[in-house]
Amino acid sequence: MNFSFTEEQTLLRDSLASYLSDHYAFEQRRAAIKSAAGWRPQVWKAFAEDLGILGATFPEDVGGLGGGPTEQLVIMEELGKALVVEPYLATVVIAGGFLQRAKPAAAGDLLGRIVAGQATFAFAYAEPQGRYCWHDLATTARKDGAGYVLNGMKAVVVGAPWASHLIVTARTGGARRDQGGVSVFIVDAKAPGVAMREYPTVDGARAAEVSFENVKLGAEALIGPEGAALPLIEAVIDEATAAVCAEACGVLRRLHEGTVDYTKQRKQFGQPISQFQVLQHRMVDMFIAFEQSVSMTYMAHVRLVEAAAERAKAVSAAKVQIGRACRFVGQNAIQLHGGMGMTDEMAIGHYFKRATMIEAQFGNTDHHLARYEGLSFGKAA
Amino acid sequence: MDLDFSPEDLKFQAEVRRFLAEAYPAHLREKSERGEAFSKEDILGWQKVLAAKGWAAPSWPVQYGGTSWTPTQKYIWSEEQARADVLSIPPFGLNMLAPVLYTFGSEEQRERFLPDILAGNVWWCQGYSEPGSGSDLASLKTRAERITGDDGKEYYLVNGQKTWTTMAQFADWGFFLVRTDPTAKPQAGISFLLIDMKSPGVTVRPIITLEGGHEVNDVFLDNVKVPVENRVYEENKGWTCAKALLQHERSGIAGVAVSKRQLEKLRGMAATEASDVGGALIDDAFFRRKLAELEIDLTALEFTELRTLAGESSGEGPGPESSILKIKGTEIQQRLTELTLEAAGHYGAPHLLGLPHNAAAIGPVEARGAAGEYFNTRKTSIYGGSNEIQRNIIAKMVLGL
Ligand SMILES: Cc1cc2nc3c(=O)[nH]c(=O)nc-3n(C[C@H](O)[C@H](O)[C@H](O)COP(=O)(O)OP(=O)(O)OC[C@H]3O[C@@H](n4cnc5c(N)ncnc54)[C@H](O)[C@@H]3O)c2cc1C
Repeated sequence: MNFSFTEEQTLLRDSLASYLSDHYAFEQRRAAIKSAAGWRPQVWKAFAEDLGILGATFPEDVGGLGGGPTEQLVIMEELGKALVVEPYLATVVIAGGFLQRAKPAAAGDLLGRIVAGQATFAFAYAEPQGRYCWHDLATTARKDGAGYVLNGMKAVVVGAPWASHLIVTARTGGARRDQGGVSVFIVDAKAPGVAMREYPTVDGARAAEVSFENVKLGAEALIGPEGAALPLIEAVIDEATAAVCAEACGVLRRLHEGTVDYTKQRKQFGQPISQFQVLQHRMVDMFIAFEQSVSMTYMAHVRLVEAAAERAKAVSAAKVQIGRACRFVGQNAIQLHGGMGMTDEMAIGHYFKRATMIEAQFGNTDHHLARYEGLSFGKAA
Repeated sequence: MDLDFSPEDLKFQAEVRRFLAEAYPAHLREKSERGEAFSKEDILGWQKVLAAKGWAAPSWPVQYGGTSWTPTQKYIWSEEQARADVLSIPPFGLNMLAPVLYTFGSEEQRERFLPDILAGNVWWCQGYSEPGSGSDLASLKTRAERITGDDGKEYYLVNGQKTWTTMAQFADWGFFLVRTDPTAKPQAGISFLLIDMKSPGVTVRPIITLEGGHEVNDVFLDNVKVPVENRVYEENKGWTCAKALLQHERSGIAGVAVSKRQLEKLRGMAATEASDVGGALIDDAFFRRKLAELEIDLTALEFTELRTLAGESSGEGPGPESSILKIKGTEIQQRLTELTLEAAGHYGAPHLLGLPHNAAAIGPVEARGAAGEYFNTRKTSIYGGSNEIQRNIIAKMVLGL
């Protein structure tokens, strides 16, 4: 058993942390998310060229560094600490995950472009009617000669305004909620028939409602088996969920540490408010929630390689822990800051907002609890 | 013990319902439906309608323009307002300052200020908290020194900073706690002053809250001259007024009627939102159970409030028990926003402030602004005496610990 990080992993963490503290301080982030673009392509360039994190988890033959889940965990946690909005998750974890698993003809080329910082992705998977059921799909890809014609609409596609490519789930057969008949495609974000209604999200990113109207796709757009891609989608979403848990660990650490620091400085009734035992116990509970989240995040990453059912159980268990911790730690961080916690000016509220969005990302606590329950206990009588 | 409405109560209920249906302006209803914020004119405009009907301040004594409604009628009044989704008038003038004035103010002050509060002619703000004095309000430092003006009249010269002042950007006047005797014990050296916000030396600066709204402000007081006759009650006895006022603030804060209405809306939303397993969210066992729990919590709060009100009407007055109402009332308000955000699913994420007011909603209309509401409602366990402070009050004053 070993829970320690290698020297290379520690180096990766330190260099990323140091870059982010120089280039991603709270005020720098604030200016970037308020700018017209909402993100900083030069940060992305630095990720690719100076830090090499875009290829850290990819094999060497596509220009990567050959890392795996642990490298991903380290990177996501650091991105969480700095509330990074750039599309690492969608590009490296999700698009990278699909391309590496399904190995479509274009995979080598696209992975190489991801590593070089030349391709950015958004994942268009959720639909307005489907909530967190990934095979509830009204979007269709109708066979058209050798290729397909895509029609439909995707909800809250995070990072879509920044993406060069979209990964889109669509139905090539079956009825709306069938598990069969589901396929995955790569779509050029600028292809004719792709329309976006863009907006900011409450946690500082940008998203869009994306619609597809008779978008023509070539045969090469298909990733994975036609009509049988649900297991692939679930594997990638599980890995992405684990990555979000790691991001949450970074966010929770900042929420907890920020609160401890603040209560030591803030004086009321002639003493630091950290002296009040009720607040001490609250911060202890926040600390416990954070530590348990780290534990569960490690557990989930270790089990990502296991068979589908075990992997799913581990990831859902971790997400339940993380979802609850995000709520408890986030709310109490605000509470213990008093009025200051309510201001846009202080970083703490921005961590709280990200924590809140993480709660629901790839399924909220109820969703993952139900999924875990099903996997661990079988269907209720 | 009985809960039934008498025939007179039912008649009253019908009258209230009819009045609200006829008198509430359509443009205000449309604004709420679009999720738009109300302006100062919107709010005072509605108050003027209520004042014309004689219903602007049901709990004031009749001699100042209140009603002689029974506790049941007051209960019906708040239920019906929530049911009709009418805007609620900020409490600063009507429910906070006015009771101080009719309890502690001079006859002159009552005559000068109460009619304008009732009629909705003047917007008041509450200047208590300071950067260094939140929970420990009695440590406040804003100084007021007695001076004689060039005109030979007596003034207070006020210097200091107030913060978190709700809607000070709209305020014509503010009631402030200031230190008039820096040598006395903290509570003993405070006075209660009414300050015209247009006085030279008053500066209001916005504080933007985490969801992006502007409802609170810093208020800087720089050599502000305040006539001595604007002091309510005796010099250095302002804490007595403040304490009485805080208790009024706490009992109003339970918000039972509004929470009931919110819960009803949430149930409606859950009936239209899809669940993961197909069918409506309201049929999802997990979500359904959470709604049931919340409904039970709300019933417990409602009956606790009714018991408190019954005590009040038999002359016991709102005591430290009103802290129960503040704690549970705000916890329920917060829970409602949590579950609404959960129900919104993916559509909790869009930020409203990027969009023009008349833009079509992104996702279902019921989900609009759910995250912003959730973030903003965190304030309720912080202001009006934080929930930790309320627990301290119960521990000390009720349990004698
Ligand atoms: C949206 C909003 C609107 C407001 N509107 C107004 C207004 O119109 N006018 C006005 O005067 N004020 C207003 N306030 C201020 C409000 O009353 C204060 O925020 C509140 O009293 C808490 O003070 P603080 O913010 O300084 O927090 P602090 O007092 O610094 O408290 C920080 C944390 O420490 C805890 N704490 C402090 N002391 C103790 C203790 N002894 N035991 C245990 N825990 C403790 C608190 O509960 C809190 O969790 C408003 C605040 C907000 C957020």
